[in-house]
Amino acid sequence: MIATGLLRRLGMAAATLFGVAVVVFVLLRVAPGDPIAMMISPGASPQDIAELRARYGLDLPLFSQFGIWLAGILRGDFGTSISLHRDVLGLLAERLPATLELAIAACLVAVAVGGGAAIAGTLMRRRLGEAALDGAIGLMLAVPDFIWALAFVLIFGVLWPVLPLSGRMDPSVSVPFVTHFYLLESLITFRFAIAGDIIAHMVMPIMALALPLAAIISRILKSALSEAMVQDYVLIARVKGLSEIWLVAGEALRNVIGPTLALTGVQFTFLIGGTVIIERIFAYPGIGNMGIEAVINRDLPLIQGLVLVFGALFILVNLAIDLAVAAFNPRLRHG
Amino acid sequence: MFMPTRRQSLALGAGSLIAGLIGPRGGANAAIGDTLTIAYNVNLPAFDPTVGPSAVNPTIQAIYRSVFDQYVGQKPNLAFEPGLLTAWGWSDDKSKVWMDVREGVTWHDGSPFTPDDIVWSLQRAGDPKTGNPIQFTWSTIGNFKVDGKRVTADVKSFDPTLFEWMAFLTGYVMPKAYYEKVGAEGFEKKPIGTGPYVVDEYQGNAFLRLKANPKYWGGKPAFNTVVFKFVTDATSRVAEIESGSSDLTLEIPYEEYDRLRVKKGLAGVATPISDIGMIFINSDAKMLDKNVRLAAHHAIDKQAIVKQLLRGYGVPIDTLEAPEYAAFDPSIKVGHDPEKAAKLMQAAGYSPQKPLKTTIQTTRGFKPKDYEMIQAIVGMWRKIGLEAEIEVYEIAKHFELRTTHKLAPLAFYNWGNAIGDPTTSTGFAMFGPSPHSSWKTADVDALIGPLWAEKDEAKRIAGWKAVSKYIAEEGDVIPLLQYVQPIVYKSELKVVPNVSGAMQPTLVSKAG
Repeated sequence: MIATGLLRRLGMAAATLFGVAVVVFVLLRVAPGDPIAMMISPGASPQDIAELRARYGLDLPLFSQFGIWLAGILRGDFGTSISLHRDVLGLLAERLPATLELAIAACLVAVAVGGGAAIAGTLMRRRLGEAALDGAIGLMLAVPDFIWALAFVLIFGVLWPVLPLSGRMDPSVSVPFVTHFYLLESLITFRFAIAGDIIAHMVMPIMALALPLAAIISRILKSALSEAMVQDYVLIARVKGLSEIWLVAGEALRNVIGPTLALTGVQFTFLIGGTVIIERIFAYPGIGNMGIEAVINRDLPLIQGLVLVFGALFILVNLAIDLAVAAFNPRLRHG
Repeated sequence: MFMPTRRQSLALGAGSLIAGLIGPRGGANAAIGDTLTIAYNVNLPAFDPTVGPSAVNPTIQAIYRSVFDQYVGQKPNLAFEPGLLTAWGWSDDKSKVWMDVREGVTWHDGSPFTPDDIVWSLQRAGDPKTGNPIQFTWSTIGNFKVDGKRVTADVKSFDPTLFEWMAFLTGYVMPKAYYEKVGAEGFEKKPIGTGPYVVDEYQGNAFLRLKANPKYWGGKPAFNTVVFKFVTDATSRVAEIESGSSDLTLEIPYEEYDRLRVKKGLAGVATPISDIGMIFINSDAKMLDKNVRLAAHHAIDKQAIVKQLLRGYGVPIDTLEAPEYAAFDPSIKVGHDPEKAAKLMQAAGYSPQKPLKTTIQTTRGFKPKDYEMIQAIVGMWRKIGLEAEIEVYEIAKHFELRTTHKLAPLAFYNWGNAIGDPTTSTGFAMFGPSPHSSWKTADVDALIGPLWAEKDEAKRIAGWKAVSKYIAEEGDVIPLLQYVQPIVYKSELKVVPNVSGAMQPTLVSKAG
C-alpha cells in the first residue's frame, strides 16, 4: 500500500509538471517582450528579422513550438540558451548545486535557530526572557529576507568587513572541483580551508534566508510545545522527576514536531524561491541569479528550463515532506 | 612518523575551517598587489563577441577587449588606432578595401595569428547564418585575397563606416583554426583571443578571472591578474569598494560617488561618455503637430534636471550628436524657453486649461534617475498644456515596441555610440526603414538616404550636420543629455576614463 501511494504521488507529480510546462510555455509567449527584438541590428531588414526569428524557432505556430520543445524535454534536450549560447540542461546542472547548498544550509540553520528559540522560549515561559525572545522572533519575522541581506552587507561587509560580500568563493584562488557541490566536495575531500572560505561566502546569504523562516518555525513550534507542556503525559513525566529540558526536548517535542516539519517543508519551497533576490544581492552564481538574467534577456528556453526545475524541486520537496511526516506518524503511513 | 590522533585531526580540520572562514579581509586601505579586482555592473553571458545579444551590449565590451583584439583599435578619446590591422583604406574609386595585418602576434594557445584569421573572421561576420547582429555592414565586402600581410577585398556596396565598425560592436578577430576545431560550444567553454588577458576561470553570474598575456603585442599589462566580479546590484558594488573587497567599481549612484570619492583611500573620476538620454517621438501618433513637438522640447529645463537630479553629472544636449562625435554641431541649440513653448502649444490649440493628453513611456532604474527625470519633465510639460501619463516599461518591452513601431507617442531611452559616427546615432535612430527608429517620415528619410553611401567624407559629415539641424528645427526627437560615468577606485590606482564607457583593465595602472 505504501508503494501504491508512492506511485500515485509520482503520477500526480508528472501531471503537475506537465501542467507547469504548458502554463509557463504559453505565458512566456503572450507576455510582453520579444527576445528577437533585443537582438535586431540597426540595419536589419524585415527579411533579416524573419530569418532571425526562424533561427530560434519562433516563427512556428505556438502548438508546434510546444510540441518540439516537449519532445526535446522528454529526450533530455532542454534547448540552447539564446543569451548564453549553451545547452540549457548543462547550465542548470552547473548552477543548481549552488542554490541547493544555499537553500539546504539556510533551512538547517532555520530549523536549528527556530527550534532552539522555541525550546528556549518554552523553558523561559512566563519570565522576562520569554518576552525578549518573542521580541527578537517578531523582528526576524517582520523583516523580509532582502532587507536582512542589505543590512548584513552594511554591517559585516562595510562597517565591520569580516565577511566577503559576493560570489561563492574567493575568485583569486583556483581550486579544481569535480562536481558543482563545492561545499560538500571540499568537506568530503578534507579541504577544510577551502570549505571555510566557501562557508564564509555563504554566511550572509544563509542568514538572510534563514532568519524569517526560523521565526516562523519558532512561533509554530513554541505554540505547540506550550500546549503539549500541559498534557497529562508531560505532567506524569514531571512527577517522575525528569528535568525541565528533558520534558520539553525529550517528551513534548517529539509529539508536536509533525506539523512543524510539514510547515518547514512547505516554507522550504518558498525559501528556494527567495534565493532569487538573495543570489542577486550577493552575486551568488545559482539558478536564481541566472533566472533574473534570463528574464531580462527574454531567454525563453532558459526561463522554461528554470521554471521546470523549480517546479520539479517543489514537487520533490513536498513528496519528501509527506514521506517524512508519515515516518514520524505511523497513522499516516497507509493514507 | 607522526600519526595524528582522531582528536588532533578534528582540531586541525576545525582550525583550517575557521582560518578559511575568518581569512584576512582588508578595508578600503588594503594594499593592491598584482591583482586588480573590479566590481562590474553587468554579467558576462557569453564569450563569443560576434554573435547573440551580448555582442551588441556596449557594457560588456570592456571584457571582450581584454580577451580579444579588434581589427581596428580605439583610444580612450574615441580616436582610432591600429589594432590587429596596422593600416587600412579604400581604393581611390572605393571599389576595393585593403588591410595590412599585424605580424608577430600569437593566439592565447600559442598558435600564430595570420591574415587567414582576418579573412575568416570577416567572412563569418558577413554570413547571415552565423547570427552576427552587424552582418549588414560586414557583408558589404567580399572576395577576399591574401598577399603576404595584405588582405584585399571587393566592395559589394559602399559603407563609409566599415572601418569604424571594426573598432565597434562585433568587430573582433576570432581564431579560425581553434574555433573550427572546438566548435561554438567548445569556444564558449574555453575561449581564446590575442588580447592582453587570457581567460583563466569563469563562473557565470560570479566572476571572470584573467591572467596577463606575457606575449601580448601591445606590451605586458600592468596587472598579472584581473578579476571581474559580476555585482549587478548597485548597493553591493558600493559595499564592495567601500569594504576594500574590490579595487574599482563603476556605475554607482551619483550620491554614493560623491560620498566615496572623498573617503580616505579612495578616489574617483566622472567623465562624459558616448551614451545619451533621449525621448523618442512616434511619428504615427499625437505628436505630428510640429508646434507641439517643439513646445515639448523648449519646455524642458535640461540644465535644472542635470543639476538637481543628477548632481551636475550630465551634459545637456540638443542633438543626438554628443560633443565628441564626428558630426557634432555646437551651433544647433534648442533653448529652454517655457514662454515660447506655451505660445507654440496655443498655436496648436492647447493650453493648461485645455491640455493635450498623451503618454510617455520610460524605464525605471535602468539609467540613473530615469523615472525621476521623466517625472520632472512631465511636470514642466503640464505648465504649457501637455498632460503626459507616465507608463513604466522594461527594456525588453521597449525593444519589442520599437521594432514593431508601437512605442507610445513619447518614449524615453538611451543611445550609445562608441564610434561617434552619425550613422550609428542620428542615422539608426531617425531613418524610417531602420527597425530602431520611431520617427518615420519621408522628409527626414530623403535627407538621410543619400548619406549612407556618400563617398566624400567631408560632404558626408556636413550632410549629417544638416540632418541634425533639420531634426532640431522640426522637433522630430528630443535629445536630453549626455551621460557621465562615475568610477571609484583605490587611490593607489591611476585610471584613464574611456569616453566609450568601456572600463578596460588596460586603462588602469598603479599610481606613482
